[in-house]
Amino acid sequence: MLTLIAKRAVLGVFTLWLVSVLVFAGTEILPGDVAGAILGQSATPESLARLRAELGLDVPALQRYAEWLTGFVQGDMGRSMASGQPVADLLWPRFWNTMALAAYAGAIAVPLAVGLGITAAALRGGIFDRVSNVAALAFVSLPEYFLGLLLVLWLSVKTGWLPSLADTYDGMGLAAWFRATTLPMLVLVMVTTAQILRMTRTTVLGVMDQPYVETAFLKGLRNGRVVLRHATPNAAAPIVNVVSFNIAYLITGVVLVEAVFNYNGLGRFMVDAVSRRDLPLVQAAAMIFGGVYVFLNMVADIAAIALNPRLRHPRGKEA
Amino acid sequence: MTKPHDQLGINRRGLLAGMAGAGLLGVSGLPLRAQETPRRGGVLKLGISGGSTTDDFDVRKLADWVPVNQAYMVMNGLVEIDSDNIAQPELLESWEAEPGATVWTFDVRRGVTFHNGKSLTADDVIYSLNLHRGDSSSAARSIVAPITEIEKTGDHQIRITLESGNADLPYVLSDYHLLVVPEGFDDWSNPVGTGPFIPERIEPGVRGRFVRNEDYWKPGCANVDAVEVVVINDVTARTNALMSGQVQAINAVDFKTVNLLGRNPRVEIVRSAGGQHFTFLMDCTKAPFTDVNTRLAIKHAVDRQQLLDTALAGYGQLGNDHPIPQTDRFHNSELPQRTYDPEQAQFYAQKAGMDPLAVTLSASDAAFSGAVDAAAVFRAAATGAGIDVTIDRQPADGYWSDVWMQVPFCMSYWGGRPTADQMLSIAYESTSSYNDTRWANERFDRLLKEARALLDEEKRREIYWECQALIHNDGGAMIPMFGDYLDAVSTELRGVKPHAMFNLMGARMAEKVWFDA
Repeated sequence: MLTLIAKRAVLGVFTLWLVSVLVFAGTEILPGDVAGAILGQSATPESLARLRAELGLDVPALQRYAEWLTGFVQGDMGRSMASGQPVADLLWPRFWNTMALAAYAGAIAVPLAVGLGITAAALRGGIFDRVSNVAALAFVSLPEYFLGLLLVLWLSVKTGWLPSLADTYDGMGLAAWFRATTLPMLVLVMVTTAQILRMTRTTVLGVMDQPYVETAFLKGLRNGRVVLRHATPNAAAPIVNVVSFNIAYLITGVVLVEAVFNYNGLGRFMVDAVSRRDLPLVQAAAMIFGGVYVFLNMVADIAAIALNPRLRHPRGKEA
Repeated sequence: MTKPHDQLGINRRGLLAGMAGAGLLGVSGLPLRAQETPRRGGVLKLGISGGSTTDDFDVRKLADWVPVNQAYMVMNGLVEIDSDNIAQPELLESWEAEPGATVWTFDVRRGVTFHNGKSLTADDVIYSLNLHRGDSSSAARSIVAPITEIEKTGDHQIRITLESGNADLPYVLSDYHLLVVPEGFDDWSNPVGTGPFIPERIEPGVRGRFVRNEDYWKPGCANVDAVEVVVINDVTARTNALMSGQVQAINAVDFKTVNLLGRNPRVEIVRSAGGQHFTFLMDCTKAPFTDVNTRLAIKHAVDRQQLLDTALAGYGQLGNDHPIPQTDRFHNSELPQRTYDPEQAQFYAQKAGMDPLAVTLSASDAAFSGAVDAAAVFRAAATGAGIDVTIDRQPADGYWSDVWMQVPFCMSYWGGRPTADQMLSIAYESTSSYNDTRWANERFDRLLKEARALLDEEKRREIYWECQALIHNDGGAMIPMFGDYLDAVSTELRGVKPHAMFNLMGARMAEKVWFDA
């Protein structure tokens, strides 16, 4: 078990390194740089050259990457090129904002989705199953950007029930925070619930077709007991997998939702950083997103093993 | 000794402002309400685009809408451009120029105190101006560069000497970088000014809260108890915030959706005609545009009304291939409006020995939102005139360094300038580094210098009219349209007026407006 975790961790670090190379290369390939972004229309060749020299952009790309990497492994994320502020000061408050929204959405979406999925499986073919299926498919098919705008239109512009801006700040009350973030939470819940629900239902049903479940039914057990005690535990690993995928999405994939609701999170921060070509900010945000993704995948793999007795106690090669 | 503008100028401007007001009535009905007396109270919330985490109050670096609006809440300028586009005293109370307009005397307003209790004197004004002079990285450095000397001639009086005469100096001093801080001040994260509001809490690029300066000197201003700025860079989120009542005003409304937004009964659209214009730039030093006939062919091959209706939903004015807007007191109103004329276009193309004329136009939405569509509209009209236009679509990133002023034919824009002289000098004087058509005309350069030093308004007008005609007939810029600045405000707000300089009443909305009873 420990060797396995260690192996996964090493692989994770390797993945992160690949991410950093790709992001660096990507921002290098794009036309324009931070100097051009700062100067805009007033970018004469002389002023560009002067600013580039000031920002250290005249150094070869490989050398800049090496310097960034050395700093990063020592825990120094560097400074913003546009303003000179330390990246960490800008990044962490927004990271926690994103985490808070993800936690709010996850705490509602995960139990809701798993519960609904199991219920749908238990009532296979019934009206509940069909309605939940159609609704889930609809939510999955609509882009979250569009869903967000629909919710703003109905719950905010037309009725005035909820604010359309997720305007949060230090020192605001808890009730105010929940009110401000409820609309983005709803969008995230809709999108993730749909996916988890369908996956849960499918895996539970897959297990339900196994011979031992048939045996349980033949033994005279009731439907509910079969689903909850016999089928679900065996379906747990794939469910944990899809749940962790969706939590990773809640943290890393909220860029559009943050833009629609003007939420001051990491996604909006990264979009701004990319548009200004502020490489240290982009790199740091990409590392965080990558790290979260790698970590949650690792958790999912380990949980899958922990939940599966056959993987937990390997009998050797003959299995 | 003369005032910077004479009666004639004011009358012309007043007439134009009246016409603009009449046009506005249909959209918003705002002028009817502008008469009421201000009421105190309430918290004004503004949703503004153009802010980032790197913003602070360093007056030398002000470049985007959020910091500029916030700076005007905390600080005052030297001269204010009013809603009729006339220079009005702000912290400089009055001024006089000696003949030749090289030496100017300004009186500093008395009885004004900074937020820290210090009273305003000439030293503060001199320090604030010097921030931009000499070896400074200020964005306004070129604006104050012609100032050779600033002397203190009294506790509340300064004398400014220029390298050569400039009758527009008060207008030049209205630049939004030239804000006043106490002498020696340099803590740009915690600004101190004489402005209508005092910062309470600021998160750069996210939000800011400002409370009223109870001792504010400007009459009828600072009516609301507090102002909250929410930075909303996404235009959809900004529009939603206004429609759901979370903010009472937004800037930079999208031309594509402005008509839909205007249908909302709780929202009024504010359209401010000004100097912002969109350009198709022909480099006069590159083939085929070295020949004036080619340039004239292009200028006749565009359907300006169609372009205005398509790209700006009609929210603008027709351009006449020169950069001086109708809101400027020196606008040449007698120059015939150039129209779509395929025959003329063909005539000039043949005269240039180009039959058919084929050109490549570099376009990107970096030039302005809708520029690529505008290029397509232009191509269709040009095809009708026998001109073959290839559109070379460019990415927005790097447009200003890799395309603009590099290729023979590209799209661009200019923001408005407070004076005709500034606009003509920056973009058309042959020695300017931003002369983006590389047009060089000796007579134009000479006239421009001559007019700058003239205090006689009538003579200046004649010269500027000729300058516009020269650009119109000979220059390398095809200017099809001027775009209005579009804001939208809640119907609860009073005192809202269009302003020719910028969005949100020249970035001074916070101090001007009040809430309906």
